[in-house]
Amino acid sequence: MQIIESPEVYDVIIVGSGAGGGMATKQLADAGFNVAVVEAGPFFDPADPKTMTQLKWPYESPRRGAGTDRAFGEWDMSWGDWEVEGEPYTQAEGTNFKWWRSRMLGGRTNHWGRISLRFGPKDFKGKTRDGLGEDWPIGYDDVKPYYDKVDKLIGVFGTNEGLENDPDGFFIPPPKPRLHELFYIKGAKKTGIPVIPSRMSMLTKKINKDRGVCFYCGQCSRSCSVYADFSSGSCLIFPAQKSGGKIRIYVNSMVREVTTNAEGKATGISYVNKEDRKEYQLKARVVILAASACSSARILLNSKSPQHPNGLGNSSDIVGKYLHDSTGASATGFIPGLMNRNTSYNEDGVGGMHVYSPWWGDNSKLDFPRGYHIEVWGGMGVPNYGFGFDANAFNEFFGAKIGGYGDTLRDDVKKYYGSVVGFGGRGEGIALKENYCEIDPTTLDQFGIPVLKFNYKWSDHEKKQAKHMQDTFEELIHNMGGQQIWGGKSGKDDDYGLRAPGEIIHEVGTTRMGNDPKTSVTNKFNQLHDVDNVFIVDAGPFVSQADKNCTWTILALSWRASDYIIEQLKKQNI
Amino acid sequence: MDRRKSIQTIILGAGASAIVFHGCKTEGDKTTTDIAHSSDPDFFGRTPEELERIEKLNAETLFNEHEMETIAVLSTVILPPKEPHGGPIEAEVPEFIEFMGKDIPELETPLLGGLMWLDHKCNTEFGAEFKTATLEQQKKILDPIAYHDTEVPLDEQTLEIQFFALMRNLVVSGYYTSKMGIADLGYKGNMPNIWDGVPQDVLDQHGVEYDPEWIAKCIDQSTRATIATWDAEGNLLT
Repeated sequence: MQIIESPEVYDVIIVGSGAGGGMATKQLADAGFNVAVVEAGPFFDPADPKTMTQLKWPYESPRRGAGTDRAFGEWDMSWGDWEVEGEPYTQAEGTNFKWWRSRMLGGRTNHWGRISLRFGPKDFKGKTRDGLGEDWPIGYDDVKPYYDKVDKLIGVFGTNEGLENDPDGFFIPPPKPRLHELFYIKGAKKTGIPVIPSRMSMLTKKINKDRGVCFYCGQCSRSCSVYADFSSGSCLIFPAQKSGGKIRIYVNSMVREVTTNAEGKATGISYVNKEDRKEYQLKARVVILAASACSSARILLNSKSPQHPNGLGNSSDIVGKYLHDSTGASATGFIPGLMNRNTSYNEDGVGGMHVYSPWWGDNSKLDFPRGYHIEVWGGMGVPNYGFGFDANAFNEFFGAKIGGYGDTLRDDVKKYYGSVVGFGGRGEGIALKENYCEIDPTTLDQFGIPVLKFNYKWSDHEKKQAKHMQDTFEELIHNMGGQQIWGGKSGKDDDYGLRAPGEIIHEVGTTRMGNDPKTSVTNKFNQLHDVDNVFIVDAGPFVSQADKNCTWTILALSWRASDYIIEQLKKQNI
Repeated sequence: MDRRKSIQTIILGAGASAIVFHGCKTEGDKTTTDIAHSSDPDFFGRTPEELERIEKLNAETLFNEHEMETIAVLSTVILPPKEPHGGPIEAEVPEFIEFMGKDIPELETPLLGGLMWLDHKCNTEFGAEFKTATLEQQKKILDPIAYHDTEVPLDEQTLEIQFFALMRNLVVSGYYTSKMGIADLGYKGNMPNIWDGVPQDVLDQHGVEYDPEWIAKCIDQSTRATIATWDAEGNLLT
């Protein structure tokens, strides 16, 4: 089979169209460069009536929203989840990493929780703080101007609280708390856990003329048809096209490798067109990888050449190493004070939480090194498949009979509707060299590209942190006058409910940045140490996670790297 | 004749007196906007591959007519219809259960086996199939399996207990995800709205209140259409 070459030479090829790729597309196209965006999935626009799931009713589907085809339920706007047909991945024995992939324009930004937290000053200097992991080669002050610009460009609600490690920003006002959130605030107060308004990228008011304002359907995971929440397509790529940017989007195009010349410099990429299953090459002066931390590592490791025998940018042998996800553990409480709800009003609100608890602890006085934040959910949501299962299980707390049938079932459903509150702890794990992804030479995907094999185990640091989460949740539920449900409190035998790595979908660190080319893959501008015209702008260059979500930092660092690329291109340094 | 009609006929024909039909009222304070109307009902947000799979499942038959009728009768015993929001038949619960039995293959055997058990038991005890037995007889069959020991995991219980628990879950879920069930529940969302806090009477009912300092930081909904601007310190100006 002949590889089909395109004669056009782009200024920049961007692989992937999620948060990092979208931001680089916008910045480079706005600066007048000729950009090719290469996306493995199909085109997606949240406003397209054909694919829209927002405001669908459960009864519009024969399965009433069940998650048979989509892991997070059939209204979730991610095409692809832990499994993607024809694109397997493998595990080292005794390990279990779950790899979420959204194959669509905009990637995972179409369904994510929109929790938009800045990393704080301490988060960039973990090693200085406790001797574990590594410090970033940059600090909060380097990133702050970009966080500010991201806030203003994309829009994020929240409040300036003057917290040391949860920096203030340029916020629009948050929505008022819902009933269960008032219970949470009250319960947390009793224990001295702080609660503040959430910081999420939905528009509670206008930030420009192009995007709509939130109409409070609570369905951001379905991607907003009026562009009132952040997704990479609606907020970055489409606006860049609209303002006249030279952007060519290649969809259904699965990148195999970065191509290089005799000097070892990148010349472009090769990809498989999923429609005709032929291999093509595109040329560019600069290649930007934004395929997600693990996919970008995979592309680098598969880009072997005489000049780069160990894979591109991998003279350090660090590509794929230091893979780490946020930690996650959860608990659920039945709160009798929330029984017998008055259903006369619509409390959908924004998708997810209106309030949350940033990390409050002092790790120097605890037996685990890094913190976590608490997310809270509950309320009178729209029923979907699974609603009303074990309808009267909470009768147990009143000594009443469980089960049965007849008219009492109706009463029980209504009595308990909206009385459950859930807690999710999302924390920082320690980046370890021993946790990594690598190429599995024994397995190909359906495009003939070698797949990733994962090797990832939690350490005691994360397990102890999860134990602290469980103790905290137990106390919160108690403070709210509730009872723990759905299996009760997790203990040592199940690692305190610590979720499998990858399950929180915040994986970072596979191409970490640093000043020393022997121990890092990129420099502090996301540029490969080994090849100066290749950049990585997804979460791969993260040196460490924080007790935060990674998207806002991906956006800020991608913008920062884009400014550097523009400057270097103008100076003709690359 | 469409299948749903035939189920309605058999149930009425079987003289299940508890069942009374009422057209579901779609009353309400629907705030309609262009958003709600812009989506394409033919797709309900499915990709072509997902649609194809649904069509394939729809073309398959899991239950024969007798089994569908038995499910219909059983589902109305589990959740008797009630004015003004009807019951499982109007909510198309039997059709939903059949679809789920095909969509989630693990459900197939417990459902088929459970239905067989039901008739076998009913025939043994009363010389009648479950669907034609009297309500009294049906309850005598169901009572011993409807209240299981919750200390023992469900998958360690007998098949008939598992079957009933599964049926009850599917009936309740199927009903409350239908138009009538949602009306019965009273859920008011899934439509454009402007959230401006919990109503005072609800706060009073649950004994909580808003902290004025907190509320002062929240969005004043009269300013939602005003484009945000900030000073250099991040204080919102407009």
